[in-house]
Amino acid sequence: MKKKLVIVGNGMAPGRMLEHLLELSCDDFDVTIFNAEPRVNYNRLMLSPVLSGEKTYEDIITHGDDWYAERGIALHKGRKIENIDCAAKTVSAADGTLASYDKLVIATGSVPFVIPVPGHQLPGVVTYRDLDDVEKMLAAATPGAKAVVIGGGLLGLEAAAGLKMRGMDVTVVHLMPTLMERQLDAPAAHLLEQEFERRHISIRTKSNTHSILGESKVTGLKLEDGTELPCELVVMAVGIRPSTALAKASGITVNRGIVVNDQMLTSDPDIFALGECAEHRGSVYGLVAPLYEMARTIAEVLVGKQAAYSGSVMSTKLKVTGVDLFSGGDFAEAKDREEIVLRDASRGVYKRLVIQGNKIIGVVLYGDTADGPWFFDKLKKGEDISEDRDMLIFGQAYAGGTPLDPTAAVAALPPDAEICGCNGICKSKITDAIAAKELTSIDDVRAHTKASASCGSCTGLVEKLLVLSLGDGYQPNAVQPMCKCTDLGHADVRRLIVAKQIKSIPALMQELEWQTSCGCAKCRPALNYYLLAEWPGEYQDDNQSRFINERVHANIQKDGTYSVVPRMWGGVTSARELRAIADVADKFSIPTVKVTGGQRIDLLGVKKEDLPAVWSDLNAAGMVSGAAYAKGLRTVKTCVGSEWCRFGTQDSTGLGIKLEKLMWGSWTPAKVKLAVSGCPRNCAEATCKDIGVICVDSGYDIHFAGAAGLDIKGTELLCHVNTEEEAIEMIEALTQLYREQGHYLERIYKWAKRVGIGSIRQNIVEDSDKRRACLERFQYAQTFLQVDPWAERVAGKDAHEFAPMRAFPLAMAAE
Amino acid sequence: MEWIDIGAVGDVPPRGSRVVATAMGDIAVFKTAAGRVFALWDKCPHKGGPLSQGIVHGDSVTCPLHNWVIGLESGEVRGPDQGCARKVEIRLDLGRVLMPGHVLRPQAA
Repeated sequence: MKKKLVIVGNGMAPGRMLEHLLELSCDDFDVTIFNAEPRVNYNRLMLSPVLSGEKTYEDIITHGDDWYAERGIALHKGRKIENIDCAAKTVSAADGTLASYDKLVIATGSVPFVIPVPGHQLPGVVTYRDLDDVEKMLAAATPGAKAVVIGGGLLGLEAAAGLKMRGMDVTVVHLMPTLMERQLDAPAAHLLEQEFERRHISIRTKSNTHSILGESKVTGLKLEDGTELPCELVVMAVGIRPSTALAKASGITVNRGIVVNDQMLTSDPDIFALGECAEHRGSVYGLVAPLYEMARTIAEVLVGKQAAYSGSVMSTKLKVTGVDLFSGGDFAEAKDREEIVLRDASRGVYKRLVIQGNKIIGVVLYGDTADGPWFFDKLKKGEDISEDRDMLIFGQAYAGGTPLDPTAAVAALPPDAEICGCNGICKSKITDAIAAKELTSIDDVRAHTKASASCGSCTGLVEKLLVLSLGDGYQPNAVQPMCKCTDLGHADVRRLIVAKQIKSIPALMQELEWQTSCGCAKCRPALNYYLLAEWPGEYQDDNQSRFINERVHANIQKDGTYSVVPRMWGGVTSARELRAIADVADKFSIPTVKVTGGQRIDLLGVKKEDLPAVWSDLNAAGMVSGAAYAKGLRTVKTCVGSEWCRFGTQDSTGLGIKLEKLMWGSWTPAKVKLAVSGCPRNCAEATCKDIGVICVDSGYDIHFAGAAGLDIKGTELLCHVNTEEEAIEMIEALTQLYREQGHYLERIYKWAKRVGIGSIRQNIVEDSDKRRACLERFQYAQTFLQVDPWAERVAGKDAHEFAPMRAFPLAMAAE
Repeated sequence: MEWIDIGAVGDVPPRGSRVVATAMGDIAVFKTAAGRVFALWDKCPHKGGPLSQGIVHGDSVTCPLHNWVIGLESGEVRGPDQGCARKVEIRLDLGRVLMPGHVLRPQAA
């Protein structure tokens, strides 16, 4: 006699299971399916093309009514099973239909998670799970209407792209800092974000939904930060929850999902669970590949085979037309793992393989995913890749081949091949110039042909032409790379940021082909500064790329405590300020109070968690951060000048205060210390500062490029000016030139030595247009930078920095 | 073994760190860009610098005092220097970070 097999649910997993079962044995089972959805089996993965209009519902049907009829399978559409009687081995549907079983498969799938924010029940709020949802979205998708998708994961992005193709104006709101954070590493997520922005789908990461607005239907969405996004449609795609209610009510063991063993059996030996509702070895799966593996296992167990499901490694592809993205396995970093990264900025390609013990364990591909399955196959098989390692990242086409000689490839180019796209320079023009003018360096080629003189992305090609023309005669002038993450030097990076309009660290690492996935402690602070200096008001400061002192706006000490230095403009203080400082020292038991070399007061030994409270008290007395920790403007040291001194020629104190008030808050490549002396006796020691002013009867001598640290060096005279206004203008313009040209951590005297005092004088003193332009850029940047970082943190910014994640009181230990 | 919930994975900023204060000193909890979480006693093997205050890059942290680079997974020093920061076992469960109770609440002898 045939055994009775009943299946609850008719999604993709049970569909696949039936196919396997029928292949293995046609006649052993009488099959009955109950499906709550009033439809046949369709390919849920293809809902996105239906949404975008690239496919119709009919196109995505897997098994039509005929398929079931031909195989004698009873399919009950639109009948929801409400009860399982495990003892009597029967199931009953909402309409009273009763069926008995010998074996039962629960495949109830999952339900989309709905964030219970105010307004979530309004008409116009939909999830993205089945065809009903798609139909609701299409009904709302009139061209020009606005939609907000909550969730920047796989489904959310597919929904966003589909709605955009239907002509809607779409915004994606994502809680995490990067899109698809479970499947992609940060660089690939960044490329994806760029692609969506290019399609005019706006992406808001790190955004939490506060509420959905509207009276009788959706009119907008409000974020936690107060932003309101008007819209007529809200799609929630924030994840799924296994549907376990039926199993739970029937007394079957349920954890996050319905708990199954390796045979996919639940706590009841006649009941299987399959698909998204099942929890296997603690994992619940939402992607199709593991569900298919489970389906095969159940089919085999049903016909009495020895079969076991042992969990899955998963790969993902985003189904958005024109976006090529593949990820699989584990691509996190760890000590015994290595990575092979290939970036091709011009094609927008990023490939990363994670290798452990000569095996691929993770793959992320963006832009060119043709080799995804090939890599993933090696991953799943655990193949030893040590043989092909050098060429592995280039994919199947190059597998096992001899490595290509890149110079030979350039040699093979025809004479009229374009090398420099920016300036339209072809190969023969460069090689001819090298021969005719006896050029020997990249700089020579740039000077004579303009090739590689603009964006610089063809520099590598031009170098190879030099090698071809000169052989060993070409000695690339060794540019010191910024760090081990790149071959580029600081100057190249700064130039390329401008040429390529790079505005974020992930974009930079992709465009400039960084060799690590997230940089290192050397390059990240430098890149953060360069971007900040280049794009005032636009660039979002990356806190995690700053050294701790700049991150918490205090100076770390050897014991892990901090020192706090409030600004004293021009070194002038008052009884009120001093009293406030004394009170703070008492209140927080600050062990050391010391006068600094820059004419202010240092409070040493402050505990990190006390910093905001200390700042709050100092703020209350009118004091702001002295930036004693900053690669930025530090102090302006002054003497008392003509105000008190019998030798004073000008108001040096007043000028110092003015300079400090105009320049505080500025970030610079390295620290900048100023001084203003009221006469050539130079009590403020202005001639060993980064920038110094010596007042004289006839006006002001402006000095720069002094040093009194590791090196001792007197300043150079920049120029003489007659008025205070001119002095201020010169100094601001000079500082801006340094901000734009200096290498990170390069003090002004080193910068001046590198670029030449003459070139600086030329730009600042002799060419008044250039000076004015520098000055304007400085003043524009300052409009964004003059915010007291202490006050911001007193108001709650970066609160996590100053509080432990959790504290276990000392008393516990003494019990 | 008793495991104590010390907070959510989301409480630690990516490429950043938070501390858990205990009677035995701070424990630094790190999260990498890729979302991996590690914990070490917050003391650099060189001169005891607070590793929690360093820059996190890849699966390493650079100590803020003298730029020693410490591997997060093992606590071992990378590069030419020698030494090892003490590792603290952790467990992740549904987005929560757990630490062994005996580490957080040592019993008086």
